[in-house]
Amino acid sequence: MLVWSLVAAAGAGALGFLALSRGEQVSAAWLLVAAVCTYAIGYRFHSAFISARIFALDDARLTPAERLNDGRDFVPTNRWVVFGHHFAAIAGPGPLVGPTLAAQFGYLPGVLWIVIGVVLGGAVQDMVILCASIRRDGKSLGQMAKEEIGPVAGFTALVAVLGIMIVLIAVLALVVVNALKSSPWGTVTIGLTIPIAMLMGIYMRWIRPGRVLEATAIGIILLGVALYAGRWVAEQPALASTFTLSGKTLALLVMAYGFAASVVPVWLLLAPRDYLSAFVKIGVVLALAIGILVALPPLQMPALTQFTDGTGPIFAGALFPFAFITIACGSISGFHALIASGTTPKLLERERDARFIGYGAMLMESFVAVMALIAACALTPGVYFAINAPAAALGPSVQTAAEAIAKWGFVVTPAELEQLAKQVGETSLLSRTGGAPSLAVGMAHLFSHSLGGSSAMALWYHFALMFEALFILTTLDAGTRVGRFMVQDLGSHLWKPFGRTGWMPAVLLSSAVIVAMWGHFLWQGVIDPLGGVNTLWPLFGISNQLLAAVALCVGTTIIVKMGKARYAWATLLPLAWLTIVTMAACLAKIFSSQPRLGFIAHARMLQAAQATATLPAGVKSAGDLARMIANDYLDAAVTIFFALSFVVVLADSAREWFAVISGAKAPRSTEVPFERRAVVAGD
Amino acid sequence: MRFPSPDLAARVADVGALLRRIIGAPDYECYLAHLAARHPDATPLSRDAFARDALARRYDRPGSRCC
Repeated sequence: MLVWSLVAAAGAGALGFLALSRGEQVSAAWLLVAAVCTYAIGYRFHSAFISARIFALDDARLTPAERLNDGRDFVPTNRWVVFGHHFAAIAGPGPLVGPTLAAQFGYLPGVLWIVIGVVLGGAVQDMVILCASIRRDGKSLGQMAKEEIGPVAGFTALVAVLGIMIVLIAVLALVVVNALKSSPWGTVTIGLTIPIAMLMGIYMRWIRPGRVLEATAIGIILLGVALYAGRWVAEQPALASTFTLSGKTLALLVMAYGFAASVVPVWLLLAPRDYLSAFVKIGVVLALAIGILVALPPLQMPALTQFTDGTGPIFAGALFPFAFITIACGSISGFHALIASGTTPKLLERERDARFIGYGAMLMESFVAVMALIAACALTPGVYFAINAPAAALGPSVQTAAEAIAKWGFVVTPAELEQLAKQVGETSLLSRTGGAPSLAVGMAHLFSHSLGGSSAMALWYHFALMFEALFILTTLDAGTRVGRFMVQDLGSHLWKPFGRTGWMPAVLLSSAVIVAMWGHFLWQGVIDPLGGVNTLWPLFGISNQLLAAVALCVGTTIIVKMGKARYAWATLLPLAWLTIVTMAACLAKIFSSQPRLGFIAHARMLQAAQATATLPAGVKSAGDLARMIANDYLDAAVTIFFALSFVVVLADSAREWFAVISGAKAPRSTEVPFERRAVVAGD
Repeated sequence: MRFPSPDLAARVADVGALLRRIIGAPDYECYLAHLAARHPDATPLSRDAFARDALARRYDRPGSRCC
């Protein structure tokens, strides 16, 4: 107990120091101490409470992996292996991008929301859904929503998942497009990862069947080659101009890639990419941790910036509620509920492993988010805003950018910006919105400090960019394929043969539908003078938090039906907070009268310009203007749809809770009955 | 590959199996072992058919990959 009191004191002390320090630079070490101590306390006490009091996890109870062992989906697996697998599945670009963008408020709001949010929200959600699914033979979130709450909530959850996937893929694709725009080095390196994956697929299928690790090792070596090949291309003027692509061209290429990945066999592209990305992911997370620990960089960003009032250039909206929308993954991520009720529950060897895997892996993801925040805040604010603010705010040149940034109260000279771009091997770093390039610059700084010096900056920058794009494209291609199955599934209700997954016309049509849906949002982001991330990221945050709310509704319903309503505060607390922030954000995005914040107000402003036949700054043609107006209304409609879905699920769940609590309905758990493990000698 | 001792070879194979499971690659050996133990009279799928089937199922629903 003494040890835990000391941990608590250290964590509280570090958080307090961060909160109170003003004016002077603080070391990243404070952030790390605050995070790790909070995680330790949360894991030791809160996850133990969920394990013992709510679910009464019991190692004597057979898990689905044991009862239903089929050697394929249901396989009892060592807890460390499941942890690695689960972490590789949940962690993606989300926890890297969100905190980078939210750094426009300063480091303090981000770090508080990340560490407190995860301990009381995100990790709770993941663990509760995992436990619920284990007790129900690995049922999915959608099935549980339907069975525990009702058909309305179940259907709403299904449609919401599809909507979220579309927004998620679009915004991630936009991050890649913005990172590769007019960057021949990046374009070639990331383009080469596609033939590399295909080569691995062919190797595993035809050359040495089943030799996954050999193929992955070859793939990793080839990724290194691709890095140098990109540099070589960028150094040949003739080739470099061929691969210097505009945002529009890149967007079309990404759409073509998503379509192809959804149509070609899984073994050729998706699976090898996934393997490669899993290794790279774990490797990079470790490297980032070591880089930060070795360098312990001072945080250049102030604790709070003046942009907490909502005037920030990177995304619109004040600290409340938009910090809590911008950082979703890392604090609480609804998408994880799909994984915690997907593959993972079918692998657990013992029930109590759910604590380590459900709660623990989410803490790990949160730590990744803290590291991304450190990497962003270790840049000088001037550089950070030069990379992340849209062209509409910075203007076309390093001179205009330096002037705009000086007006915000930060100092950076045009020469510094030119020098930095040169160091990382790019022609310009201005307005590379989306977070990936700024994280890559941050990582290049950290790594080149400890390894290779400034001459290696360019290599590290493109290495960081390559792995971020690798994560993103893995989410994009798997997401498009899953989306295609969902479209086929929905379509089969209208016309049966459309659901046949092997029928080419249906495959092509449904893939085209899903690519067209996210492609539309991607295109909208590319032509947007504000850089697109400004609009799309809040939409993504809202949708992710909506899914988290659905998951917490399912979790609360299950807890109430277990007859444990007195412990339901564990899920109700984060649910209440999410309801407040998501609803506040939805209302602001729909109804705010400020054109920079509200979709409808923005559309009205553009319509006013249209009426007088003038083009607002940054808009290239009357056609683009008309499209932007239509998109504003579409975005407003999507936000309304998300908000309504949220209300429907919440109301449906609350009706169920009150029925049980008031005694109108008997609390009856739908768990699979307890089955005791036969005692084996030496167990 | 030849290893100085069978013990080392077995350990390398173990590490390999561990890594394959973490990245979620289809584990044909595990499947064969399961069939041999539980359903000795069933005819196992070929390695290729098993891998294709396992991969197809992995990507047909949300929940295999996240943001």
